[in-house]
Amino acid sequence: MKQFEVEVKVWLKPSVFDPQGHAVHGALVSLGFEGAGEVRIGKFIQMTLEAEDEQAAARQVDEMCQKVLANPVMETYAFEIKERGQ
Amino acid sequence: MRWAVVVFPGSNCDRDAEQAIRLVTGDAVDLVWHDAEDLSAYDAIVLPGGFSYGDYLRTGAIARFSPVVRAVAREAERGKPVIGICNGFQILTEAGLLPGALLANHHLQFRCEIAKLRVETNDSPFTRLYQPGEVIRIPIAHGEGRYHAEHEVLDELRRDGRVAFRYVENPNGSVDDIAGILNARRNVLGLMPHPERAVIDWMGSEDGIRMFQSIHAHVEEGLTHA
Repeated sequence: MKQFEVEVKVWLKPSVFDPQGHAVHGALVSLGFEGAGEVRIGKFIQMTLEAEDEQAAARQVDEMCQKVLANPVMETYAFEIKERGQ
Repeated sequence: MRWAVVVFPGSNCDRDAEQAIRLVTGDAVDLVWHDAEDLSAYDAIVLPGGFSYGDYLRTGAIARFSPVVRAVAREAERGKPVIGICNGFQILTEAGLLPGALLANHHLQFRCEIAKLRVETNDSPFTRLYQPGEVIRIPIAHGEGRYHAEHEVLDELRRDGRVAFRYVENPNGSVDDIAGILNARRNVLGLMPHPERAVIDWMGSEDGIRMFQSIHAHVEEGLTHA
């Protein structure tokens, strides 16, 4: 078995209003960062994972996202997998 | 008839629901812990409000994997009335027993107030004693009650008359002012407002009484015919 480091990002679908991002955008503009465009705020999930190989790890992480880490009704996700020590 | 009020780690409206049901219907009510695997002895099931599992990750996301939720799904499939209030509604959507999802209120504020609701249908075990179009007053208390669903889902809900309640003044940014919805079979209701907090005059409203009476009447009718 190999050890992997996994980073998952989960955020609201583009079609879903993100009030947190909206509020932070307002704060940035009021601080003078006039150029700040739309802000979206999501979750960053870090974990370690044991798996046969990178493909198996990716399959598991995708399933985790579908079942638990994200709610596909309102959220979208992306992840990166890196073998430990490499 | 016998009611089950499911208790998750973090439920905090379980006793309110239990007492309201006893007071209003005189029926037997059991508080059932989240690890229960069989709810077949019950005629109606309540998923109460609160913060199941601390609402970590997303509201209702962890509770969905409790053994009791599988049991709830089985009884729902048998046609028994299941009502999810506030966090219970969030759990029902996470579990896929109701469509859509509940998100943070659009203004990011926690809202705790009496809301006016329009009863949209009395064609359900939960609303049969109300008049369609009637405006009732039921308290809300939530930070994540903004109902969201894709266009196709909304079209289906509207077409089939499955929006049970709409807010008269939308307190959280819910799409189409939706406060409560029914499943396709109409025996599962999810709603953000708390009918159990509107059953005695001093609470500020007694408009929640008929919701529990409706369920009672529906079940008793079924038991008589059986």
